[in-house]
Amino acid sequence: MELDDLYRRVIMDHYKNPRNRGTLDEDALTINLNNPTCGDRITLQLQVEDGIVKQAKFTGEGCSISMSSASMMTEAVHGKTTDEALALAAKFSSFIKGEVTEFDELEDIEALSGVTKFPARIKCATLGWNALRKGIEHQQQQ
Amino acid sequence: MNVQAIREQFPILHQTINGHPLVYLDSAATSQKPRSVIDAVARYYEHDNANVHRGVHTLGSRATDAYEGAREKTAKFLNAASPQEIIFTRGTTTALNLVASSYARANCGEGDEIVITQMEHHSNLIPWQQVAKATGAALKYIPLQKDGSIRLEDVEATITDRTKIVSVMYVSNVLGVVNPIKEITAIAHKHGAKMVVDGAQSTPHMKVDVRDLDCDFYAFSGHKMCAPTGIGALYGKKALLEAMEPIEFGGEMIDDVGLYESTWKELPWKFEGGTPIIAGAVGLGAAIDFLNEIGLDEIEKHEHQLAAYAYDRLGTIEGISIFGPVHDRVGLVTFMLDDVHPHDVATVLDTKGIAVRAGHHCCQPLMRFLNVSSTARASFYLYNTEEDVDRLIDGLQQTKEFFGYGIG
Repeated sequence: MELDDLYRRVIMDHYKNPRNRGTLDEDALTINLNNPTCGDRITLQLQVEDGIVKQAKFTGEGCSISMSSASMMTEAVHGKTTDEALALAAKFSSFIKGEVTEFDELEDIEALSGVTKFPARIKCATLGWNALRKGIEHQQQQ
Repeated sequence: MNVQAIREQFPILHQTINGHPLVYLDSAATSQKPRSVIDAVARYYEHDNANVHRGVHTLGSRATDAYEGAREKTAKFLNAASPQEIIFTRGTTTALNLVASSYARANCGEGDEIVITQMEHHSNLIPWQQVAKATGAALKYIPLQKDGSIRLEDVEATITDRTKIVSVMYVSNVLGVVNPIKEITAIAHKHGAKMVVDGAQSTPHMKVDVRDLDCDFYAFSGHKMCAPTGIGALYGKKALLEAMEPIEFGGEMIDDVGLYESTWKELPWKFEGGTPIIAGAVGLGAAIDFLNEIGLDEIEKHEHQLAAYAYDRLGTIEGISIFGPVHDRVGLVTFMLDDVHPHDVATVLDTKGIAVRAGHHCCQPLMRFLNVSSTARASFYLYNTEEDVDRLIDGLQQTKEFFGYGIG
């Protein structure tokens, strides 16, 4: 179990230079989620128009894994339909458990493969994706 | 105190984690168990196991003697006046909830006050929130100083004649600070309030004398003091416990059961519904014997030295923040490294075989007071050495290097 397996350059890049970090208008779909066992928290905002995710932005605080994963997520869902975004969230869930090894939709995400070897950190990686799922499911129920 | 000889008695310490000898610095979460405790539990199951207080047979008597023997040891350990004042529980949380659900709900009402502090563990905070909501009593906080310590003048200013309950942790699981419980108790009593003490972090590390403190209730967990998980106790003054209603009904606690009315056993059994945690109590008794043999004063001295050594050495790392007062620190140090999240610190240390805790430590209100969302904590016990601290320092230096320039 090597550290570099977990903290690859891509992860550190997303951690130190997060993509889509910030806020959208107040009327955007807003989801707050925290990880009660460790204190990580995220606020995800989605601008969905005609069933398409036009923009996704996030703020929050957490470890390198949770914040880099959230950063990657916002890139991955950009321009996707809400159903496609949900499918990506499901795929990420399989990926982080080691059931799927490739992530063609956004190769950066493959850098998170090391997390599968650190079971205590899986919940960090899924925080942003859970917020995404929660938000879209909520919106689809409206 | 011969730490090497003590270490020999803890089988779990002698293994490698991720290719490195284990350095266990998370005893404030739960301590490791010595051979004598593990053996006592195994021996109980191999030779004496039966239900207590009902069997006429020999095993029933042996199990009862073992269980009640552990209660006597616990009473002596805390210097309680009688074993009747010791209620076995699952741990500190259950013990504090028992006081809140029974004593507090019956004795608090509109216009009354419950006084706690912002450094409390969630287990000594939420039960009182719930009592306040249910009874209309007000929940008040003794303010903290910047370093997290409490001033007696603030205690004086917060507790009033309307205060019914004061509940404070003896030792902070984040700051390592030892609170002036005896003095706070005296102030509470002056106003007719009852004093509850969360002893989860004090009982394993220092001599505790509930009669000297004069507190009304004292809660602690076995698993932080070398005993198994699932066993702890509530000490309460006999007159108070006698006046309290049980909160769990059935099994062990009954005296006479009718169709519409029932009566309870006398103390302490009226609070111990169901088959109790017999093997856990046996393990707790063995842990008390183990700690007594070494001596709580010796253990406290050792940990104090270790925490001071750790504090000094950690202070030499650039970009580190250490929380809590410098002096009077029980064996733990809570810290943060600039620009490295505590979870990442803990993961990097884990790859080097070093176990520390990262997170909010079940103290979210305190984290807010300190203006952080999470911290890392190294906590020590009688089996830790300066070499363990040195390994921690090396690990932290490597963490810094790794996160600074180590990504290749």
